[in-house]
Amino acid sequence: MLFRAAALAFLCLAGPAAASPRTSAAVGMSVEPTGLDPTVAAPVAIGQVTWQNVYQGLVRIDRTGAVRPQLASSWTVSPDGLVYTFALRTGVHFQDGEPFDAASAKFTLDRARGPASTNPQKQFFSAIDAVEAPDPATLVVRLRQPSADLLYWLGWPASVMLAPKSADADRTDPVGTGPFRVARWVRGDRVELVRDPGYWDADHLPALESATFRFVPDPQAQAAALRAGGLDAVPELGAPELFAAFKGDPAFDAVAGTTGLKVVAGMNCARAPFDDVRVRRALMMAVDRRALIDAASSGFGTPIGSHFAPGDPGYIDLAGVLPYDPAKARALLAEAGHGDRLAFSIRVPQMAYATRTAEVLQAMFADVGVTMTIVPTEFPATWIADVFKRHDFDMTVVAHAEPLDIGIYARPDYYFGFHDGAFDADIAAAERALDPAHRDAAYRDAERVLAEDVPALYLYVLPKLGVWNAKLRGLWADEPIPSNDLTEVRWTE
Amino acid sequence: MAALLLRRLAGLLLTLLLASAAIFAALDVLPGDPAAVRLGTSARPDTLAAMRAEMGLDRPAPLRYAAWLGGVATGRLGTSTTYGVPVAGLIADRLAVTMPLALMAVTLSLGAALPLGVAAAGRRGGALDAAAALFAQGATALPNFWIGLLLILLFAVRLGWLPSGGFPGWGGGAGPALRALCLPAVALALPQAGVLARVARGAVLDALGEDFIRTARAKGLSARAVLWRHAVRNAWPAVLTVLGLQVSFLVGGAVLVETVFALPGLGRLAVQAFAQRDATVVQDVVLLLAALVIAVNFAVDLAALALDPRLRDAP
Repeated sequence: MLFRAAALAFLCLAGPAAASPRTSAAVGMSVEPTGLDPTVAAPVAIGQVTWQNVYQGLVRIDRTGAVRPQLASSWTVSPDGLVYTFALRTGVHFQDGEPFDAASAKFTLDRARGPASTNPQKQFFSAIDAVEAPDPATLVVRLRQPSADLLYWLGWPASVMLAPKSADADRTDPVGTGPFRVARWVRGDRVELVRDPGYWDADHLPALESATFRFVPDPQAQAAALRAGGLDAVPELGAPELFAAFKGDPAFDAVAGTTGLKVVAGMNCARAPFDDVRVRRALMMAVDRRALIDAASSGFGTPIGSHFAPGDPGYIDLAGVLPYDPAKARALLAEAGHGDRLAFSIRVPQMAYATRTAEVLQAMFADVGVTMTIVPTEFPATWIADVFKRHDFDMTVVAHAEPLDIGIYARPDYYFGFHDGAFDADIAAAERALDPAHRDAAYRDAERVLAEDVPALYLYVLPKLGVWNAKLRGLWADEPIPSNDLTEVRWTE
Repeated sequence: MAALLLRRLAGLLLTLLLASAAIFAALDVLPGDPAAVRLGTSARPDTLAAMRAEMGLDRPAPLRYAAWLGGVATGRLGTSTTYGVPVAGLIADRLAVTMPLALMAVTLSLGAALPLGVAAAGRRGGALDAAAALFAQGATALPNFWIGLLLILLFAVRLGWLPSGGFPGWGGGAGPALRALCLPAVALALPQAGVLARVARGAVLDALGEDFIRTARAKGLSARAVLWRHAVRNAWPAVLTVLGLQVSFLVGGAVLVETVFALPGLGRLAVQAFAQRDATVVQDVVLLLAALVIAVNFAVDLAALALDPRLRDAP
């Protein structure tokens, strides 16, 4: 009933508001989410619609990437780093009226780490040994080993709080503690959100009374919809070359921000010739990262030298470790016995950034006598089957979306086929660190190993090219995690 | 006549059954595990096993095929593994966009192509014939999505007459929904109209060369009457045959047009479900499209029979 009333309210508001300030916004996204529960499936579009808007976590990550309290107002960590005691807010309830308390928090964490869990980031919770709810406002999380990243992971979409009664239906009918509820999901077209008048944090009600996420796959169509007024914002414009046209238009804000998406050309280090570090270094030195960014991304993007983005804690700029030097690259290849007869293939997903990057790489490699064949590979299905699971590839190129995911190089089954004892020790040290300073130091060591050994060519961090109506404020310029937080968005008129 | 129809119908059902087996087999041998697609690049073996069990992928293929066929035969189309909702509802929602779009496009293309083709044939070699040839050439050469983008730039961005994309649904009345379908229907219709105009012109010219036309002329009928009453009537079967063949192209073009105009149609559903390896949805949609193509060709055959009595005596 409440649901219907909310939907009705939305319909009344959706009409053209002439004089009164606008309280609704239409946000364009390229990809439609495949469900609305970020705790059971991986596609980032799920979190981009629901995280912060519909669901909240014990903690959240703010627009600078820092961890902030949310449903937990504060926490203490035992000196040995093994016991986290969260003080939960009281008076918080889910959108269907079910109260949020320590029992629902325990339910959520146990569900995510349990044997039947299909949580895409189950490793977030692997350090947890037990979760206890001594009283409704206290949650105790006991760890097997210290984990300096735990709080950060708890701020992620995959860690949002669900209610025991509604959790199983969240995929189609999400129920969270956030300020917006999902009024309608017209599959293939849009998800409509309405502000929940009963939101628990009455002091921080969003200015928007409603919002619509519209799914427009074609970048040209996104730009046209912005100009025609069908969309108020496209937080991630699909084509960098269309971005420049909005930069000079006073009707729009065109903001080039950063993301945590690292474009890397991973190599199969278990297979010749990539089992020879000289070959990997030579290929890295054959790449002019700045020219690559200019050609593949219209100049937007940040060069990187390791598997970390500038926003990640402990980031150091290592792009100069193996700088562009085609002469040296040729010499290294000759030393490794490849003269100018090295040939291999690259598996390229159909995403525009990947295709363009591969084409530029192909030209740069040709300059040092390397022939690279581009093999288009359907993403995600075929890529995951061939590259990720069967490791049947020479080189591939893909943007890694998860921040702090440098630990993938320590996974023996991961697609790079990379093994390095010192690196594994650095990652273990970072994961077990008691305080963030030690963790960051360990991450820096690990970053340096990758910059020297280059199991993947570290290319650039994808830009977040946001375009929105100049009167719309409050959208995130940067994207420390994939999201479209609408809670602070408002119109100025 | 009745035996002929029955034979055709039985063949139709057999074709559909073979198509279903082909669809299932093709999807089953295709690389790409839907559970892995849903879990992404952080997937661990234990979460993958849990997801496969949840999605019913751990059952053997013949069992899954039998379950699917049984479901389709009894009207239960199953549940989408990505959306988590019944496929029947998903398809119904999408048909409510794609069917009107296709009908509008076919009406538009016939409405433009027939008069143009007939008129061009009637004034063979004249200025109108040349203009029609130019139109047909241009319309056929331009891809749907490119026409769509041009239409958006002109009518949505520059003039602001029509929406640039999206679909408001039929709940808010027919007006907004039809407005949303205008530009996509034109984008879809233009290339088809180019082909049809050419076919119509050729068929009318062929008919004009036949003996019965000479007879009609000899009887003293006016050129106009000869053209419309005799030549055009005899050109219909050829036009219809091409129209039937074009249904499959219409489906392919609809995918592109639906993408450009962000329309929640059947084509986009199929593409998206394919990318997610959502077998339930892909199988059902492809089978439906196969049935549609077969049914349209059947209808075209029937229409040809009705229009041309000579075909009825054929063995």
